[in-house]
Amino acid sequence: MSQVDPGNSPQPIQKVTGRLTRPVTASRARQNNLAQRTFFIFTLLPVLLILIVTVALLFRSWPIFNAYPLKDLLFGQVWKPNDGLFGFRPFILGTFWVTAVGVVLAVPACILVSIYLAEYAHNKTRSIAKPVLDLLAAIPPVVYGVWGLLAIVPFVDKVLAPLSGRWLDSVSIFAVNQPTGFGILSAGIVLAVMIAPLIISVMFEIFSTVPNDLRHASLAVGATQWQTIRNIILPQVGPGIIAAVVLGASRALGETIAVLMVVGNIPQIPTSIFDSAYPLPALIANNYGEMMSIPLYDAALLSAALVLLAVILIFNILSMLVIQRMLRRKWAS
Amino acid sequence: MGFLKKKRWQRRHLMEAFMKFIMQVSLVFVAGALGLILWIIVVRGLPALSWDMVTKIPEGGYYMGKGGGILNAILGSLYLASGGTLLAMLFSIPIAMYLKTYLGDSKWGRYVRLSLDVLWGIPSIVYGAFGFTLMIALGIRASLLAGILVLALIELPIMTRAMDEVIRRMPVDLEHAALALGSTKFEVALRVVTRQMLPGITTAILLGFGRGIGDAASVLFTAGYTDRIPTSLMRPTASLPLAVFFQLGSPYPEVQQRGYAAALILTVIVLAVSLGSRWLSARLNKYTIK
Repeated sequence: MSQVDPGNSPQPIQKVTGRLTRPVTASRARQNNLAQRTFFIFTLLPVLLILIVTVALLFRSWPIFNAYPLKDLLFGQVWKPNDGLFGFRPFILGTFWVTAVGVVLAVPACILVSIYLAEYAHNKTRSIAKPVLDLLAAIPPVVYGVWGLLAIVPFVDKVLAPLSGRWLDSVSIFAVNQPTGFGILSAGIVLAVMIAPLIISVMFEIFSTVPNDLRHASLAVGATQWQTIRNIILPQVGPGIIAAVVLGASRALGETIAVLMVVGNIPQIPTSIFDSAYPLPALIANNYGEMMSIPLYDAALLSAALVLLAVILIFNILSMLVIQRMLRRKWAS
Repeated sequence: MGFLKKKRWQRRHLMEAFMKFIMQVSLVFVAGALGLILWIIVVRGLPALSWDMVTKIPEGGYYMGKGGGILNAILGSLYLASGGTLLAMLFSIPIAMYLKTYLGDSKWGRYVRLSLDVLWGIPSIVYGAFGFTLMIALGIRASLLAGILVLALIELPIMTRAMDEVIRRMPVDLEHAALALGSTKFEVALRVVTRQMLPGITTAILLGFGRGIGDAASVLFTAGYTDRIPTSLMRPTASLPLAVFFQLGSPYPEVQQRGYAAALILTVIVLAVSLGSRWLSARLNKYTIK
C-alpha cells in the first residue's frame, strides 16, 4: 500500500540515481563538504593546543635559559631568587621522591585490585567498585589535601614515625630526622590514593583485552585461576601494566595543591621518606604572587612549569601509545 | 607419587586462596580510603557548617574569626565551572562528532585521540602557568574571564573523550542504515549521532563541571581571589577550593574550622554532580538504540 507505483512517481527514476546532478543533492553535498572542513578545524585544536602551551612557556622562560646554562638550573643546589640563584635541584629531587613514594605505595594494590575486578569479581562487585573508583577520582585535590592534613599527617607523625624510629632508624631512607608528620611519606600516601582510580581503571581495560579463549584453554588443562593469571594473562599485558604505572606517575608528578598542603615545603635535598620536601608544582603555586617583583623570577618559575610539562608529555605520550595499541587489539579481535 | 601429587595440589590451591584474599583486602583498602576521606571531611566539616556560611559573604574581620560566610566562593566557583563547561562544550561536541562520523579509527582520528589524552594528563598547574602567560600577552588581569578560559582548556579533553567513549558504542548498523538511505555524513552526524550522543553529552558536562569546580591550581593564577561576588567578567573572583586552601592557612582555629566546612561544601557539590551524572546517564540511556 505504501509502496509508490513507479509510474505514478513524481520524478523519473533516472533523476534520483543521477547523484549530484539534482540541485538539492548538490547543495547537500556542499553542506557536507563545508561541515567536514569546519569540523576538521575543530580537531586541529587539541593537537595545536599542546604545541601552543609548550611554545608559550618556552617563550616566557627563555630569558632564564639565556642567562644561565641549563646544567646550572637543573643541578644547582641553591634557590635564592633575590641573589639571582636559581638552582632547581632540591625541587626536582623533591618531586621525584614524592612521586616515587606515591607510585610505590599505589602500584601493588592497584595491580591486585584490577586483577580482582577483571578476573574474579562478580558483576555485582564490579558495579559497586566502579562508582567507588569514580567518586575517588572525582574528589577535588584540595579535599585530598584537607584529608591529608587531618588524617595522614597525624598518622605519620604519631604512628609511622615512632615505629620506623624504633625498628628502621639505621636505614637512612627511613630515618626520622624531622618529626613533624609533614613530609614525603604523607604526600606519597595522599598521592597514592589520588592516582589509584586512574591506574586501576587503565589496568582493568588492559586486562579485558586478553581474549577469553586463552583463559578457557588454561583453565581446561587444570590450572587454577591464579596460575592462569600468572602464566598466561600477565605475560600478555606486561607493557600495558607498565604504561598504566607510567601514566599514574605522570599524574602524580603534576599534583599541586594536595601535595603542597602536606609535604612541608622546605627546599632541601631529602634523604629519608620522613623528610620534608618542596616539589616543583608547590614551588610554582607558592610563589606566583612575587613572580613579577624580582628580575628573572617569573622566567624561572615558568621554566619550572616547562620542565614539568616536558617530563609529563614524554611520560604521557609513551604510555598512551602503548595503551592505545593494546586497546586496539581488543577492537580488532 | 600420590603424596607428591597431593602436595602440589594443595600448594597451588593455597596460593590461589592467598592471592584472592590479598586482592580482596586491597579492594577493601581502596574502598576504605574513600570511606575514610568522606568520614573525616564530614566529621570535621559539619560542626563548623552553618546557614551563614552558605548565605553570606565575608564580613569585616571574617579572617580573624568574625561573622560572615563564603557565598562569594560558592557563587564564584559556580560561575567559573559553568562558564568553563559551556565554553568547553562548544568545542568538544563538534570534535566528538567529527571523531565518530568522519574519522572513526583512521590515523588522524588516532592522533586527535592521543592528543586529547595527552592534554588530559597535563597538570592544572601547567595550565595555570600557561594561562598566566596568556594573560600577560593579552594584558588581562586575574579575572573571572581568565579563570573560565583556563578551566575550559582543562575540561575540553575530559569532555571530548567522555563523549567519544559513549558514542563509540553506537551500533554501526545505525550509521550504515542512514548512509544507505542516501544521507550525507553530515546528516548522519546531525540527525543520528546527536540523538545517540545525548547521554554522553550529559555525562561529559557533569564530568567537566565536577573537574572544573574542584580545580585549584589553575584558578590560583588566573581568577585571583576577592571577598565580593563577581559582577563582571573582568573582575577577579573567589572560588571554593581556594577558600578551603586559604582558610586552612590561617592561624585562627575558627577560620580553620570554616576551611573544613568549605571543604565539606565542595565535596558535597562534587559528589552530587558525580552521582547525578551516573543517574542521569542511566536514565537517558534508555532512549538510545543499542
